[in-house]
Amino acid sequence: MGAYFSEIFRGLQSLAIGMGITFREFFKPVVTVSYPMETLKMSARYRGHIELVEDEKGQPKCVACGMCQRACPSGCISLASESVEYEVEEKGETKTKKKKVLTKYNLNFTTCSLCGQCVENCSFGAIDFSKEYNLASSRKEDFHFDLLQRLKERNS
Amino acid sequence: MSLTVLNAIIAVVIAIGFAALNAAYLVWAERRGAGRIQRRPGPNVNGPLGLLQPLADGAKLMTKQLMIPGGADKALFMVAPVLAMAPAIMSFVTIPFSDVIVAKSMDVGVLMIFAFASLGSMSILFAGWSSRNKYGVMASVRAVSQAISYEVPMLITVITIVMMTGSMNLHDLAVSQAGGFWHWNIIPSLASPLMPVSFLIFFICSLAETNRAPFDLGEAESELVAGFHTEYGSMGFGLFFMGEYANIVIGASLITILFLGGWGCPFGLFPSVFWFLLKIYLLIATFIWIRWTFPRTTIYGLLNLSWKILIPISLFNLLLTAGLLKVF
Repeated sequence: MGAYFSEIFRGLQSLAIGMGITFREFFKPVVTVSYPMETLKMSARYRGHIELVEDEKGQPKCVACGMCQRACPSGCISLASESVEYEVEEKGETKTKKKKVLTKYNLNFTTCSLCGQCVENCSFGAIDFSKEYNLASSRKEDFHFDLLQRLKERNS
Repeated sequence: MSLTVLNAIIAVVIAIGFAALNAAYLVWAERRGAGRIQRRPGPNVNGPLGLLQPLADGAKLMTKQLMIPGGADKALFMVAPVLAMAPAIMSFVTIPFSDVIVAKSMDVGVLMIFAFASLGSMSILFAGWSSRNKYGVMASVRAVSQAISYEVPMLITVITIVMMTGSMNLHDLAVSQAGGFWHWNIIPSLASPLMPVSFLIFFICSLAETNRAPFDLGEAESELVAGFHTEYGSMGFGLFFMGEYANIVIGASLITILFLGGWGCPFGLFPSVFWFLLKIYLLIATFIWIRWTFPRTTIYGLLNLSWKILIPISLFNLLLTAGLLKVF
């Protein structure tokens, strides 16, 4: 008989505890982010697709060494460059020097596995992960990024 | 047309309007409350605070096609949703909202409400049986066994109260508790020291009678798809829904009249319809709160609770009250 009543009382007590928890939750702030209207700030270590990094003049830091292309296990990076002659003042005399300038940097994001080997292998800190995650399309071509073009658009 | 018939028609129209409005906005309140308890906003897109959501829901339900599954018992299939809604509307007729706001004050008001409430489980049985769906049949069997087992303690509790008051008229029941909360039936008195327990039993039974969580075994989604209304779409489903919420309002009104002093103010001042509405909506808020707190019980747990706990205790309370009424 005692067990019967103690079971009832313990049951009622546990119900009251449960209702207390939901009562407290009711007055706590809502945690939902209404996605298209509000977005969360992505964390610093979020790894989106890669993006070219610019120097202080707004030009790509990339020297077109091609290490990233070689490091990529999926072969999704393709880049091209050309040699440009430029003049520098050195010890009072004008010298003509050559350097490689990036003319094309394409990322085929459809095959990219986001391993980050390209960023690891870049000795110049010229590529980095973007924070872009709103990637959805019905066309494959939308994931063939021209990163030089994106850099220009970012600066304009 | 005589004046009394006209009165009756007006009363029924008001009752339907009140039930429909309540159903629409209780769904909204339910979803908002569920959202807050789970720390999400709930419906908030349509209109300010999502207040136009019931209209959108209604438009969606009414424009959907009414499907009747092949092999279904057509007549019963069509009657069931109406039968879910009609008794709920009928019960509103005899519920006194205040001293003067009552459609028809009846000397057997309590009896009438419980008679119509038991028709509600008929609609569930019809719906499950006629839709020729195994889930529907199982759900209706469960719902009926649940209704039978919970009507017993509920009615025993009501007998206790009727014994104390000496009337089955809901108006008289409320008037007998007038003047301050210390006169309410929920407060234990010399003749009935177990009244809070009775209140708890009646509260649990009205949760079960209205098929609310945690006793919503008739529509247990995880095991029975959608239970007895699996095959219903469109406004057929809408009527079941409205009937359920109308039943909730009636359950809350009954608890208010039987235990919480009806339209009386807790401090004996200004008894009016506002107190009644305040009490029923507080009770409904508690129903919603309970629904989103507790998980669904099993069918065995449900029946054990009724036959092993609620019925013995309410019977004991009935005998105790009967004895003490003789003494005092």
